[in-house]
Amino acid sequence: MSGALLEMRGIAKSFPGVHALRGVDFTVRRGEILCLLGENGAGKSTLMKILTGVYPDYEGDIRLEGQPVRFKNTAEAFAHGISIVFQEFNLCPNLSAMENLFLGHEVRGRWGLISYPRMRREAESAFRNLRVSIDPGALVKDLGVAQQQMIEVAKALSHQTRILIMDEPTSALADAEVRNLFTIMRELRERGISIVFISHKLKEVLEITDRVVCLKDGENSGEVETHTTTEDGLVAMMVGRGLDHMYSRRRSEPSKDIVLEAQDVSGPPFIKGVSFRLHRGEILGLAGLIGSGRTELARLIMGAEKRTAGRFLLEGAEIDIGHPADAVAHGIGYASEDRKQLGLVLPMSVRENTTMSIHRRVCGRAGLISSRIENEITDRYIGKLQIKVPDREQVTRNLSGGNQQKVVLAKWLAIQPKVLILDEPTRGIDVGAKAEVHKIMAELADEGVAILMISSELPEVLHVSDRVLVMHEGRLTADLTRAEATEEAVMKAAIS
Amino acid sequence: MSTPAPANPRAIGLGRALLRRREAGIFLALMALVGLISIAEPQFLAGKNLYLVSRQVAYTAIVALGVFFVILTGGIDLSVGSVVSLSGVAAGLALAAGWPALLAVACGLATGALVGAANGAIVSYVRVTPFIVTLGMLSMARGVVLTITHGDSIRAIPESFIEAGLLDVVGVPMPVLVLIAVALASHGALTYTVFGRRVYAVGGNEEATELSGINTRQIKFGCYSLAGLLSAITGILYVARFRSAQANAGQGMELDAIAAAVIGGTSLLGGQGTVLGVLIGATIMGVIRNGLVLMRVSSYWQELIIGAIIVLAAVLDIIRSRKAKT
Repeated sequence: MSGALLEMRGIAKSFPGVHALRGVDFTVRRGEILCLLGENGAGKSTLMKILTGVYPDYEGDIRLEGQPVRFKNTAEAFAHGISIVFQEFNLCPNLSAMENLFLGHEVRGRWGLISYPRMRREAESAFRNLRVSIDPGALVKDLGVAQQQMIEVAKALSHQTRILIMDEPTSALADAEVRNLFTIMRELRERGISIVFISHKLKEVLEITDRVVCLKDGENSGEVETHTTTEDGLVAMMVGRGLDHMYSRRRSEPSKDIVLEAQDVSGPPFIKGVSFRLHRGEILGLAGLIGSGRTELARLIMGAEKRTAGRFLLEGAEIDIGHPADAVAHGIGYASEDRKQLGLVLPMSVRENTTMSIHRRVCGRAGLISSRIENEITDRYIGKLQIKVPDREQVTRNLSGGNQQKVVLAKWLAIQPKVLILDEPTRGIDVGAKAEVHKIMAELADEGVAILMISSELPEVLHVSDRVLVMHEGRLTADLTRAEATEEAVMKAAIS
Repeated sequence: MSTPAPANPRAIGLGRALLRRREAGIFLALMALVGLISIAEPQFLAGKNLYLVSRQVAYTAIVALGVFFVILTGGIDLSVGSVVSLSGVAAGLALAAGWPALLAVACGLATGALVGAANGAIVSYVRVTPFIVTLGMLSMARGVVLTITHGDSIRAIPESFIEAGLLDVVGVPMPVLVLIAVALASHGALTYTVFGRRVYAVGGNEEATELSGINTRQIKFGCYSLAGLLSAITGILYVARFRSAQANAGQGMELDAIAAAVIGGTSLLGGQGTVLGVLIGATIMGVIRNGLVLMRVSSYWQELIIGAIIVLAAVLDIIRSRKAKT
């Protein structure tokens, strides 16, 4: 049976300095998998936060099965059968799987005390329904990402869920895990549950969804039945134009000069004997599965962790990096995959974040911070990276993911880096911003910056890199030239 | 500087409207409080009383500014009250031994800074929670004081030193002058120096700041040392005021200092707050304490009321930060 289960009409919401939504309509039918598509900053998250009661203040009407509703908090939305699985999990790492599953509505036994045997039985059946094997007693911190996600899904389904919202559920999953998730999503659809699927991975959108609703700049920008469209069609809806080539061409070849060399580097938690050479003007891709040690290697290079063996050479001279400050002083920058936690100081402005790593350089005479120099530098990078902000004093918390990423890049470009480590530079970024980031990377490499790019997206690794390293369990398992780097070769090295 | 820097970079953009209003809000609260107390007890506005209030506010506010630096980094310093006493005793011993006043003052300041540095070293380099480190230091510093003085006070303070500490310059008491100097220096440091910028950055997101190539431990270490140093200033001024270095000086002062910062809009999560706010907060605390005394409220009730005000301020802080996020 189909028909409108949920209708949102004329939804508008603004934040200080930003109109996040301006009159968006959004309808969910019974038992469908619906994709909510749009660039970062298009307003998807805001719309979903309104639907789930996170933002109780908004304009417009919401009707659930024809009845007007207005959720004041997430509990109310949940009670009406609307659940969300966020991209970042909300689990307590020190509690067990079942305790997390029943957090907030614990299974009670006699005298109102928690009954662990009953809880375990119910958790087992919940996990069985999702066809995942998770020991209900296992601590969440000991579980893998995919299992943690299944706990979130199970949690979201533990009430009479009618609408399940999944925010980029596949971004942290390996391929086989994505398959399994899709099977479960189809089963849920069979049971009459409607799923709102938010993703930037267009292939997945085409494969799993029935219908696509697209937002752009806080307004509706299109709606199609999935089987009638193509990847290009989706891109056109998102950006308002077709993208000819996503990957920018390089103007020059990487040089033969070695900028950074690692010799037999080991360090916590499990990096063992890693050696590689990074050349001037080169984009060196670093591929591997999640948890293979790529981010950990980056943290060793930056001095965020202490290496236990081996050495680093910068332009032929050994350097001793004991702290990120040393790395920055040597012209090495690291843009983390976790922009909000590790990249930005969210309560600070675009200006303050841009000049974070060059405080000494923004001082005028008398050693005091000069707002004139700061403003000049900030404006230069706002222009160069086309950061979309009303002005440089905008607090970074209110920016979209793509713009936040650009501010992080601005911070690192400001140190005029020799080596730039970019960890998942386009993760969670929409197609348009992604192409821009790739263009910026190509330009930087052309200017002679050596870039080490960590990426879990194979097409990105293969198209953007001049050379590809592959890691597996803390070791380098392949060093491939552009010609050697095929999808098969990289995957083989990543899993062996 | 070639271009006039904004009065306060922290208050720009989204923050500008909010923070401006935030300070305006507590300032109005202060005015309302003054009005109410003046009506209930007209002698509040008497010159002599205002003089005493301003002096008491100054003692507290100097310590509050020290704690403020620590709170900006997301930490807390509970030991300031004991440091007030310990540095007073250090200066007092030096004076009693006949050392020149300047040397004695330096001795007191160094003591405070050293205790603060010890806090800072354990918090930033050993990474123990600030709450427990400074709670322990609260007890240790007081313990040293009691051991040295046997619970008594050091009274052999030269009259010239006492006079200097209680000097009035055109009717403005010395502690207030010192406070003005400390406040201007703090505001300048937080607004125009690299150190100040980094203090806010550490409080806003310590990990991201560290990865930006900033030694966040140094910054935190510096803030705890400053808290010790500023506490020592009040400690030394207290010696003049009480004409002796007292073993129980500054007892419970951490409460008023932290309360002043929080009432003044400093976020306990770190990264947000202004010197002006702390000054207003300290004034509110001082005015309330004085008003309660004037209105002959029993000292038992005073404790209850002051405590309630602090909790209320913390509640308002949370509500405010929630509003700022949505």
